[in-house]
Amino acid sequence: MARRTFSIGGIHPDDAKLSRNAAIEAIPLPSAVYISLAQHIGAPAKAVVAPGDKVKAGQVIAEPGGFVSAFIHSSVSGTVKSVGVCKDLSGKAAPCVEITVEGDEWVEGVDLTPDLVTDIPADGKAILEKIRLGGVVGLGGATFPTHVKLSPPPGKTCEMLIINGCECEPYLTSDERTMLEKGEQVVVGTALLSHVLGDPHAVIAVEDNKPEAIAHLRGIVERLRPLGGPYAGIEVRSLMKKYPEGGEKQLIDAVMGRQVKSGQLPIDAGAVVQNICTALAVYEAVQKNKPLVENSVTVTGKGAARQANLLVRVGTPLRHVIDCAGGLPDSIAKVVSGGPMMGKAVVNLDAPTLKGTGGLLLLTEAETRRGAEGSCIRCGKCADACPMGLEPFLLNRLARADRNDELEAASVQDCIQCGCCLYTCPANIPLLDIIAVAKARVLGIIKARAAAK
Amino acid sequence: MDKLIVSPSPHLHSSCSTKGLMRDVLIALAPAVAVSIVFYGWRALLVLGVSVASCVLLEYLIVKYLLRKSTTVGDLSAAVTGVLLALNLPVTTPWWVVFLGALFAVGVAKMTFGGLGQNVFNPAIAGRVFLLISFPSYMTHWEAPQGLFGVDAVSGATPLGAIKEGLMQGASVPDLMAQHGWTYGQMLFSNIGGSAGEACAIAILLGFLYLVVRRVIKPWITLSILATVALVSLLFWGIDPARFTDPLFNLLTGGLLLGACFMATDYVTSPMSTAGGVVYGIGIGFITLMIRYFGSYPEGMSFAILIMNAAVPLLNIWFHQKKFGRA
Amino acid sequence: MIASVNTLVWTVVIITGIGLLLALALFLVARRFRVEEDPRIDDVEHVMPGANCGGCGFAGCRAFAQAAVAAENLDSVYCPVGGNDVMKQVAAILGHEVVEKAPMVAVVRCNGSCTARPKTSVYDGLKSCRVKSNLYAGDTGCAYGCLGCGDCVAACRFGALSLDPETGLPVVDENKCTACGACVKTCPKGLIELRPKGPRGMRQFVSCRNRDKGPSVKKACASACIGCGICQKTCRHGAVTVTDNLAYIDPALCKLCRECEAMCPTGAIHGVNFPKPLDKEAVKARIQERQRKEREAAAAAAAAAADNEKKEA
Repeated sequence: MARRTFSIGGIHPDDAKLSRNAAIEAIPLPSAVYISLAQHIGAPAKAVVAPGDKVKAGQVIAEPGGFVSAFIHSSVSGTVKSVGVCKDLSGKAAPCVEITVEGDEWVEGVDLTPDLVTDIPADGKAILEKIRLGGVVGLGGATFPTHVKLSPPPGKTCEMLIINGCECEPYLTSDERTMLEKGEQVVVGTALLSHVLGDPHAVIAVEDNKPEAIAHLRGIVERLRPLGGPYAGIEVRSLMKKYPEGGEKQLIDAVMGRQVKSGQLPIDAGAVVQNICTALAVYEAVQKNKPLVENSVTVTGKGAARQANLLVRVGTPLRHVIDCAGGLPDSIAKVVSGGPMMGKAVVNLDAPTLKGTGGLLLLTEAETRRGAEGSCIRCGKCADACPMGLEPFLLNRLARADRNDELEAASVQDCIQCGCCLYTCPANIPLLDIIAVAKARVLGIIKARAAAK
Repeated sequence: MDKLIVSPSPHLHSSCSTKGLMRDVLIALAPAVAVSIVFYGWRALLVLGVSVASCVLLEYLIVKYLLRKSTTVGDLSAAVTGVLLALNLPVTTPWWVVFLGALFAVGVAKMTFGGLGQNVFNPAIAGRVFLLISFPSYMTHWEAPQGLFGVDAVSGATPLGAIKEGLMQGASVPDLMAQHGWTYGQMLFSNIGGSAGEACAIAILLGFLYLVVRRVIKPWITLSILATVALVSLLFWGIDPARFTDPLFNLLTGGLLLGACFMATDYVTSPMSTAGGVVYGIGIGFITLMIRYFGSYPEGMSFAILIMNAAVPLLNIWFHQKKFGRA
Repeated sequence: MIASVNTLVWTVVIITGIGLLLALALFLVARRFRVEEDPRIDDVEHVMPGANCGGCGFAGCRAFAQAAVAAENLDSVYCPVGGNDVMKQVAAILGHEVVEKAPMVAVVRCNGSCTARPKTSVYDGLKSCRVKSNLYAGDTGCAYGCLGCGDCVAACRFGALSLDPETGLPVVDENKCTACGACVKTCPKGLIELRPKGPRGMRQFVSCRNRDKGPSVKKACASACIGCGICQKTCRHGAVTVTDNLAYIDPALCKLCRECEAMCPTGAIHGVNFPKPLDKEAVKARIQERQRKEREAAAAAAAAAADNEKKEA
């Protein structure tokens, strides 16, 4: 029996998958979309359109601003109204292209039919180029450009491709629905990714709170196995439900039994991890010539008007998405983009969705309001919960005193900001709030030191 | 809501709270409290009442009038200290002595360090040791079980005290055991003289199991204390059974179980890491036995816990959790 | 008796012997490991304020003293806390020329009180400006303004900063402020600036950092700089410049005439420590009168020029 979960820490919050039975539905187009040019990790893209230009859905509107960057396509057809800045969900200014929607016309060559294309192009380089041109970024949350992740540095090889279908964040169900509704495409996408990496063993890892998805994917993998090539090396593995299983390092630990060393990348442990939705985006970009311009967004919450999984064009205002799911009830006090553990609280509902927007969680005040901060009773529950084996109680103390050397010695830079410590703390001490800031500072110091050498 | 709430992630919190944890400890202490009342009657209830009331009241007054902060008694930690202190005292202790113990426990051991979470020493143990040193006459003469329903009041020394005295007068351990007629069954289910909380080992173990099952505490500290006491006393007893008491006797007497299950596992004054906890437990077990065998006090659990409390900051520096991806 | 005297003598002898031995050891060790140090370092450190605040850019007063002794001249070392008095003493010790600097004071450049800048969201995280600014633009419509969590207050070692409960903004006590710059470094929004204290403490500054365009600024805050440029046009000394929709008064050029302050439509320009309150209407009238005269003079000059041209023609 293989290991079924990661080895250190972790928590078991109620998974609250309220929207798991809501099929993905396409929502009506908004009157205008606001496509951010900084919706991936790395350099912002550079706009190649000007106000007044007519664009079609799938047309490139911005080119990569560096190696670690991505193409950005128009998600709708219409007229470019402005190229400037708009406020993102946290109220900060971000470069953005505003497009007024007119009809729904796609650029030439995009295959919008539902037919499954299973043939894998022989040339991995060609696949990689199509992924790059399709503007595919990691959809598990970090939005790291996929083509960069698929190009291991020389001397390093990928021994295992892990497709992350854990969806360990409570509430979110868009990955689960994607696996159930687009399972074939996900498996073909997995084969494509695997082929780019030289046909390593590929594991689609799913937490065992999604038995239907596991069974469904296993059936498809068995059906497609006779096609040979990368299809022969795909396996679906069920993992024990535990948060944060979908964290890259935790997932590699759970699937391969290897711990990515501090400061190293997954490829150093011989692994490449991609999200389920990224596999789907890769399939569409490579087999259907359809760039990444829409994604599925879960709208959920105990106080939500209705539970929904929506297919949303990139750049749709969040308010429009929520309205399509029945609007914002008065009882809702917090809107979170992403899951409850790592998602970002929304302050500006007019902000647009990004490629990586996977869910909008609507929380009531009673659910989300933090309790009064008490004294640390040194129970050590934060340290037990930390999946990186850190000691949040110590980091919290050091961070408040700005003791950077000691913070580094205590490995604050390894923090993955999963939120387990703050979730667990019986005294409601805002551990992660300050640790996240300290981590950024220490990472800056480490980088500056490396640059000085 | 007209204004959205914004906060850093995570946006949910577990149901775990300081108050909830303390409530669990109180629930876990309930069997021991119930047994002490059944065995010792109204006087156990009096000691308990005075102890809890004075701990809570003192914390309230100190926080309100000396520290001038918002009240903290709601977190129930003062109540836990009160119950633990009561369980560590003989039921014959006069009420004013109990009050002085509470004053030392809460006023000195807890609040002078800054209150909950800041104290170096376990308040209840500190209170008990303070009384043990200040009022030895009240603290060393124990009441043998008398019961809610019984009337045969017998007072005398505790088993450990009797053995210590007997050994000093030249008797051997087996003779003394036979002379007093103690059985292990008695020790497990109904006490043979001791503080209120020691009335029944089973009641204490029940509470300990509850805490472990509810994941309030991890069992390692307690287990390492018990294992150390068992192994070390086995060694000495094997060498000279006439001078040294046997392992089971040591485990079941002198407040060892109460200390190992409820006092040594106090969050604030025990190490954060599991490895540190095991070393801490070994230290407590070893020191306890050394005091019992070679010291001038008959039992050493309280002293051992206090000594190891002082070592906790060091253990927290020496022992850390295993970090991910760092060999 | 004899025995006890003997005991006494021996005790004294032995203890004295041990003492002498240890003293010898100490002496040898101290000699062996002596660090040669310029005695002037101690002298300089002695005259320092001793706050160890780091405002000079060195780790503490001793580090400053070491740097000052090592330095060729005193151009690059200056103790803002001790100011010119301390630097004169340092210069005397080291035999350098003293570089006098104008005394500075911290100035908070945000005007957005709770009433002027209504809250648009409820912040529920750790009360820390760093955390808050990391998270989002802030709980008001202004992404540039004070976050009100008091990181600057915590950073100040001299107790010169406090949060005004009424406005929610930090207030500088200029008698306590030493211009060490700790608050400047701490404020994640870059709101605090060290400015010359000015003659008798009088100074003028733009109390706003919002670089958005006028209309959106107006929506967010009633007392923000909207970048209208009136101040720039009014100023006769070229002290006011508007860049990125935000005015800035150069303290080196400002003549403290308060005309910009009177003309500012939102009250974003502050003047402090002036003996008399600003009579806005009078100053405005004066400016308008002057501008009218200037226009007339210009018109007359134009007419004269036109006349001249005619004549030449």
